[in-house]
Amino acid sequence: MIKDITIGQYIAGNSPIHKMDARIKILCAFYFIVLLFVIRNPVQYAVITLFIAFMVKLSGVALKFILRGLKPMLFILLFTVIINIFMTPGEPIFELDIFSWTLSITKEGVVTGIYMLLRLIYLVIGTSILTLTTSPLMLTDGIEKILSPFRVIKVPAHEIAMMMTIAIRFIPTLAEEADKIMKAQTARGADFESGSIMRRAKAMIPLLVPLFVSAFRRADELAVAMDARCYHGGKNRTRMKQMKMSRYDIYAGIVFFVLSAILAIAMIAF
Amino acid sequence: MIRVKNLSYIYQPGMPFENQALYDINFEIPDGDFAAIIGHTGSGKSTLIQHLNALIRPTSGSIEIDGENICDKSADLKSIRSKVGIVFQYPEYQLFEETVYRDIAFGPKNMGLDEAEIKDRVYEAIKLVDFPEELLEKSPFELSGGQKRRVAIAGVLSMRPKVLILDEPTAGLDPHGRDEILGQIDRMHKENAGMTVIFVSHSMEDVARLAKHIIVLNHGRVAMDGEVADIFARGEELEKMGLSVPQITQLTRELIARGINIRPDIYTVDFAKNIYKELFCAREEKK
Repeated sequence: MIKDITIGQYIAGNSPIHKMDARIKILCAFYFIVLLFVIRNPVQYAVITLFIAFMVKLSGVALKFILRGLKPMLFILLFTVIINIFMTPGEPIFELDIFSWTLSITKEGVVTGIYMLLRLIYLVIGTSILTLTTSPLMLTDGIEKILSPFRVIKVPAHEIAMMMTIAIRFIPTLAEEADKIMKAQTARGADFESGSIMRRAKAMIPLLVPLFVSAFRRADELAVAMDARCYHGGKNRTRMKQMKMSRYDIYAGIVFFVLSAILAIAMIAF
Repeated sequence: MIRVKNLSYIYQPGMPFENQALYDINFEIPDGDFAAIIGHTGSGKSTLIQHLNALIRPTSGSIEIDGENICDKSADLKSIRSKVGIVFQYPEYQLFEETVYRDIAFGPKNMGLDEAEIKDRVYEAIKLVDFPEELLEKSPFELSGGQKRRVAIAGVLSMRPKVLILDEPTAGLDPHGRDEILGQIDRMHKENAGMTVIFVSHSMEDVARLAKHIIVLNHGRVAMDGEVADIFARGEELEKMGLSVPQITQLTRELIARGINIRPDIYTVDFAKNIYKELFCAREEKK
């Protein structure tokens, strides 16, 4: 179960998406999310669906991997759809009377429900493509570069990026550690899987205490190691890998321009 | 009796990171045995021992403990886990309770025993690992490294396992702490007739000192399985696998290669002491 975490997982590859500059890729992902929330008619949804299918294909990452990111979202997805279906006012297509309370499904509700579902799924897939094709290091470097203009208003761009790098770096380590501790406690008869919610919450103590202790220990060791190598923040730091734009970034720009144009036309025409 | 038959295990089958850790493992460990599992890093030792108390299920094959197949869906995991205790690598990192007593009592409590019985077992366990009674009410986080490890081992012993598995119990300890832990394990095995001990180790010296029976793993397969003497007699094969024989054995082998007449089956320094003494005396007399 812990091994299912896909955050920070990167699948090396050689696709055009892999070769894009991290900065441009992040901006594209943001722009894509904005587009997702602007579109509102079926033709636009069809266009976006085709687009995302094309992107998945282009990235060369197995679909199974991308869909795995959806699994933890299942509850939120379901919840959103149900709330939308029942709570949107409009023309009822089905009504259910429970005592004095009418539960009704409206046509508008079904439509918004489906739209919301697609939006969230595409959101996850879109961001998964970003994180699966960009190494965490490139990703945080990209974020640092994107944030660096805001340094004028005292945004600590380098520190934010460094914290993110460390956090991402430690996800697999801590997941592995959690797995180990869980096994050790299971071997001593601990039961993490059955019982009421209260019991299960209590059963987490033998896992969480050692995990926190070890996280602090690791943080401390890392701080000492960074200090020993004279780390002093982002000032005057140079990079081994300079970020360079390539023709793939220009292609990406063109693709997104065309996509926006089609969506705009679809919005006016339908 | 532990019987492992045709055991194979694949990590994350069907994923891009799919990785076969164990291939067709077969071996038997009789009751009361003191077995060592050796192999270099990544040879599948840790994966193998986790199978022995059903923490992971094999991809194929079976494991029988006292005639009961523990891979069965219907197997009673709780009773298997109280029968087979595992002390993992660096077990002190799993301590979590407020006091040493409560940490050691965690296992027996999960077994559903009553307070009096739990108390008996905690006291018995600390006696086995030589942990001072006065420290029982201390927080485990205040103890020294070696003592933390003893508490962690006691936490497994308090379940009174019939089979005790130790994964590198001496890793990260100083020579003094190492000797103490090994001595306690040895004593425990001798005092509790019928208790099976399996220990995983890198140190051939430790293996030679304690084990009766060695299973050598190499790239997820059983490369050798036999008595200590038989395994260490195959020193060259071991070296090819990135393992070695005890230093004293190596020394003896080199002396033999230079034409000195000495018996080849020397595995511990204690045993070697007398043999070498005799050798020197004989040479002195000749002069």
